[in-house]
Amino acid sequence: MDAKERELLQLIEKNGRLENSTIARLMGISEDETKQMIEKLEKEKVILGYSAIINWTKGTDEGAVTAMIDVKVTPKRGVGFDKVAERIYRFPEVKAVYLMSGVYDLSVSIEGKTMAEVGRFVSEKLSTLDSVLSTTTHFILKKYKHDGLVFSENEEDKRIVVSP
Amino acid sequence: MITEQRSKYLSDSVESIQPSGIRRFFDLASSMENVISLGVGEPDFVTPWNVIEASYHSLEQGYTAYTANAGLLELRKEITRYMRRRFGVTYNAENEMVVTVGASQAIDIALRAVVNPGEEVIVVEPSFVSYAPTVTLAGGVPVPVHTYSKNDFKLQPEHIEEAVTEKTKAILLCSPNNPTGTVLSKTDLQKIAQVVEKHDLLVISDEIYAELTYDEPYTSFPSVGNMRERTILISGFSKAFAMTGWRLGFACGPKDILQAMLKIHQYTMMCAPTMAQHAALEALVNGQKDVIRMKESYRQRRSLVTHALEEMGLSCHIPGGAFYVFPSIKSTGLSSEEFAEQLLLKEQVAVVPGSVFGESGEGHIRCSYATSIAKLEEAMKRIKRFIENRE
Ligand SMILES: Cc1ncc(COP(=O)(O)O)c(C=O)c1O
Repeated sequence: MDAKERELLQLIEKNGRLENSTIARLMGISEDETKQMIEKLEKEKVILGYSAIINWTKGTDEGAVTAMIDVKVTPKRGVGFDKVAERIYRFPEVKAVYLMSGVYDLSVSIEGKTMAEVGRFVSEKLSTLDSVLSTTTHFILKKYKHDGLVFSENEEDKRIVVSP
Repeated sequence: MITEQRSKYLSDSVESIQPSGIRRFFDLASSMENVISLGVGEPDFVTPWNVIEASYHSLEQGYTAYTANAGLLELRKEITRYMRRRFGVTYNAENEMVVTVGASQAIDIALRAVVNPGEEVIVVEPSFVSYAPTVTLAGGVPVPVHTYSKNDFKLQPEHIEEAVTEKTKAILLCSPNNPTGTVLSKTDLQKIAQVVEKHDLLVISDEIYAELTYDEPYTSFPSVGNMRERTILISGFSKAFAMTGWRLGFACGPKDILQAMLKIHQYTMMCAPTMAQHAALEALVNGQKDVIRMKESYRQRRSLVTHALEEMGLSCHIPGGAFYVFPSIKSTGLSSEEFAEQLLLKEQVAVVPGSVFGESGEGHIRCSYATSIAKLEEAMKRIKRFIENRE
């Protein structure tokens, strides 16, 4: 990855909806170059996808429940943790899986409509897996900041309109 | 024009200076809705959190008293390290430095320390609006030297020569410049240094935007030849560290001059705000990565804005530093005041007319690109529409 690619990635990591023309002007390159660079990074799976960061608690009662689950597992001979992780991340309810250092092995993030739904997933799907030794489930009560974005309203420009 | 009733108690010196032309645009823009402002002369970043947190911590620890007049010694030592590391200039923290209430106060006490009544100070225009009035208030006479768009607003040494008289005491330099964004290169500064030496001038070098240069490594004026002995270097935390509201700056220079400035400072200010000094210390020790992050973002936005202006036919040199572009609006046939006022009324975009920065700013407008990408793009659209609708 070269410096220009890194600059482009940093720009769209912050705002995935920037137009190619804007990116081109910000970086001082042509629109064609921008397009090619993005296509290349997509093909190489450096860019995996684009998503929006949504505050689901606003303007809707469609509450979503997120839990972070510490999972202790017995690694499988030959393939280590990867196979167990795969058994887990294939479930669509699972939003993230990380291998962790420390007292447990996998950190699994699950999203469901209700606490009961998440609970059912843990007791029926996760803890019943052969290699899973134990689970500890933490429910998220409130999101303050996610992926670098603050979930609050007081982020407007506080400067005076014209100054020397 | 309404002539206001003036109090008989006012001094002649305060009567002799005009209120800043920026004020009128501020009032006008403040009274309107849906305004996108490119008129803001400060960063759009909030001060980095570690800096704010360091100030909280100092308050919790009870650091609420005065500091030494010159500022916390620890901070001055850190400024010394910082200036050596970043700009290759070395000052003794004990006696060649004073921490001030913004670069603004540093400029004020520098002028008051060196100017005798009636002595002339050369002000390179277009310039930051405070220079000339501050010279006047110090009892001096500001003498403008103009710079021109055909030279990318670079000061021409021969124009200094033309302005020098036997009364000339000092010259105020500002690179990168507000409002033009022009940066003087090492070669430019060397040529200026020759004239300065020839006429035995003192230099007050306002380097508050030194961190924000995008094309070439920065040259600090006192690092040129033997200029250190005749230069008062002014800088501060407002721009590079996004700390305008903290009001913290500093001046460095030869011991005898700095001690004279300290004398004024100790009687008229005591010291700079203590909590801001603790914040500044953290900014110097752990803030460089944030300076780089913010600078990178300004660099991208400079590119965005200069391209957009070029496309709509407003010619503008590529400013090497600060966060301003200074395009020419002469093609519209409007004066810079008319342009700024009509643009604000018709399209709700606030810019600053170049004329408020001195006569040679006429025909230009200052646009600050320290504003979000989305707002900059919208502002560029509106300016384009404004120009097209006039044709
Ligand atoms: C060239 C220049 N010098 C000095 C200042 C004042 O800075 P401070 O906030 O440190 O007083 C400004 C602020 O706009 C400026 O543009």
